[in-house]
Amino acid sequence: MRAACCEATVLRNEVIAPDIRLLTAVWRDRDHAPHAGQFFTLRAWGADEAPFLSRPISVHRWNPDSSTIEFLYQVVGEGTEKIAQLKMKDTFQLTGPMGNGFDVPEILRKYKKIAVVGGGIGTAPMFQLTRELAAGGVKPDVFFGFRDTPYCMEEYRSIANLVKVSTDTGAVGFHGFVTQLYDPADYDVVLVCGPTVMMKNAARLCAEKGTPCFVSMEKKMACGIGACLGCTCETRGGEGKSVCKNGPVFDATEVFF
Amino acid sequence: MADLKTNLLGFTMNSPVIGASGTVGYGVEYEELADFSRIGGISGKGLTLHGQYGNKGERLWETPSGLINSIGLQNPGVQHFIDVELNEMLELKQKYGTVTIANLGGHSEEEYVEGAAMLSDSAVDIVELNISCPNVKVGGMAYGVKADAAGEVVRMVRAACKKPLMVKLSPQAENIPEMCKAVEAAGADAISLTNTFQACAIDLEKRRPVFNNIFAGLSGPAVRPIALRMVWQAVGAVNIPVVGLGGIATGRDALEFIMAGATAVQVGAANFANPRAMETVAQEMEAWMDAHGVKTLDEIRGCARNAE
Repeated sequence: MRAACCEATVLRNEVIAPDIRLLTAVWRDRDHAPHAGQFFTLRAWGADEAPFLSRPISVHRWNPDSSTIEFLYQVVGEGTEKIAQLKMKDTFQLTGPMGNGFDVPEILRKYKKIAVVGGGIGTAPMFQLTRELAAGGVKPDVFFGFRDTPYCMEEYRSIANLVKVSTDTGAVGFHGFVTQLYDPADYDVVLVCGPTVMMKNAARLCAEKGTPCFVSMEKKMACGIGACLGCTCETRGGEGKSVCKNGPVFDATEVFF
Repeated sequence: MADLKTNLLGFTMNSPVIGASGTVGYGVEYEELADFSRIGGISGKGLTLHGQYGNKGERLWETPSGLINSIGLQNPGVQHFIDVELNEMLELKQKYGTVTIANLGGHSEEEYVEGAAMLSDSAVDIVELNISCPNVKVGGMAYGVKADAAGEVVRMVRAACKKPLMVKLSPQAENIPEMCKAVEAAGADAISLTNTFQACAIDLEKRRPVFNNIFAGLSGPAVRPIALRMVWQAVGAVNIPVVGLGGIATGRDALEFIMAGATAVQVGAANFANPRAMETVAQEMEAWMDAHGVKTLDEIRGCARNAE
C-alpha cells in the first residue's frame, strides 16, 4: 500500500513539555491506515513557501474508531515551528503512511519477551508500537530515556508490563543511560527508536548477548517514498537502502556494523 | 477545453509535463499520489552502466526556494534497470500512456556508449543522455561544460543508439548556444535543460562544507528564471525540440517555458513540496488556456519570441 495525500484538519495541537507538542488530526482514509513505526510527511505551509521540504514525523497513535491520528513531535526548526502554530480547524497537507514500520505480526509470531526502548522524541512511535503489541497479546517492558523531563508516560500503564525511565540529569528515574535499565539477555527481541548514538549502543549490547534488535532510523528526506534517494543509509551489504522506503525500521545488524 | 496533448520525438504525450530524472524514481513511487493520465512522461532515475551507491555524507540541504542535492547517481545499473525497473515504467505506460524515458549518465565515453547500446535494444521510448550531473567526480558534468567534449560523446552515443536521443545539458556549460549547436550537430534529436546548478553550503557548527564533494546541485524555484533564460537561448540556437526544466512548480511557470519555445517541460524538485506537482502543473496550464481561449499549446509555443 503506497501513500495517500490529503488536506487534514487539526483537532488539537497541545503543549506537552517544553518544545514537545502533540498534534491530533483527522485521517479518514481507512485504505491508508498506518501501523507502528510508519510516518507521514506534514506540511503546514504552501508548496511555494519555506521550508522547501515537508517534514517526516512518525505516528504516535492511530485511532481507527475516531479516524484520528496523533503526532508527538519536538519543535527543532523552521518546519516544526510552523507545525506548532497549527490551531484547531486549520488544515495542512498530510501525506502517508510511509515506510515499512515495525512488523508487529511477525514480531509477535517469533518473540514473547519484548523490550521497547526509546530515547527523547524517539519515544514518539513507541506508543503505537506498544499498543499494537499489547493488542496482539504481549505487553512489552518499556524503557525510556530523557534528558531531564519525561513526557507522555501515563498511558503506558495499561499496555506495558513494566515501565522504567532514565534521565541524563537524574531529575526523574534512573540517573544514566536508558541502555543501563535492562539486560538484552532477558529478552527475545529489543525494539529501539532514539538518537543514533543511543540506537548504536543498544544494537551493540544486543549483539553481544545475541538478542535480535530492530531500530527505527532517522534521516533528512525529500520525497519520503523512495524516489529521490536522498535518505540512503549505508548497509552491511554495501548497496545502501532508503530510510523512507526500505526503513525506517531495520534489523540493527544491517545498519550498525 | 484546452488540449494539452504534446508530440515529443514522435510520441504523443498526455500533456507536456514530464517527471524530471532523479525526483520521481521510476514513476511507480508516485502512482497512487498523482493522476498519471495528466502526466506526459517519466524520466527515470539517472543510470550508469554499473550500479553504484552514490555519495556518502549529507545528500540534501534546503535553501531559500530550493534544495541542494548530492545524491551522486545512486542507481541499480543499466542491466538491472532493463530487467526490473523498466518493466514497472512500461506498466505505467500501458495504464496511463506515460512516455518512458531512460536517463543515462556515465564516467567515461566507453561507459556512455555501452550503456546507450544496451538501452537501444530495450523497450524504452527515449534515451535522455545526462552529460550534466554535478555530483559525480569523474565524467558527468565534465562533458557538460565544453561544447567540443559534449559533441564528441554525443556523436559516439548517437552511433550506438537507435532510440530517439535527448541530451540533458548543464547550466555550467561555457556557452549555452554553442553547446546546443554542438549537441545538435552531433546527432541529438532533442535537448533538455537545465540540470541542477552547481552550488555550495557551509555547516556553521561543524565549520566545514555540508557536502563531502563540497559542491552539489541546486534545483527548485530559486533557479527558474535562469533556467528559463537558458531555454530561451537553446530554442534560438537549434532546430530540434527543447524540453525546459528548472524550478517549475505551477502551470504559469510551465507556460513561461512553453512561450519561450519549449516543446515540453519537466517537473522536478516541486514533487517534493507537493507530491501532486506534475498533475497540478498540467491542470493549471489547462485552466489558464481555457481562461484565455487557447485550444492547443501550438498556439502559444514560442509566442514570446515574437517580441524579439
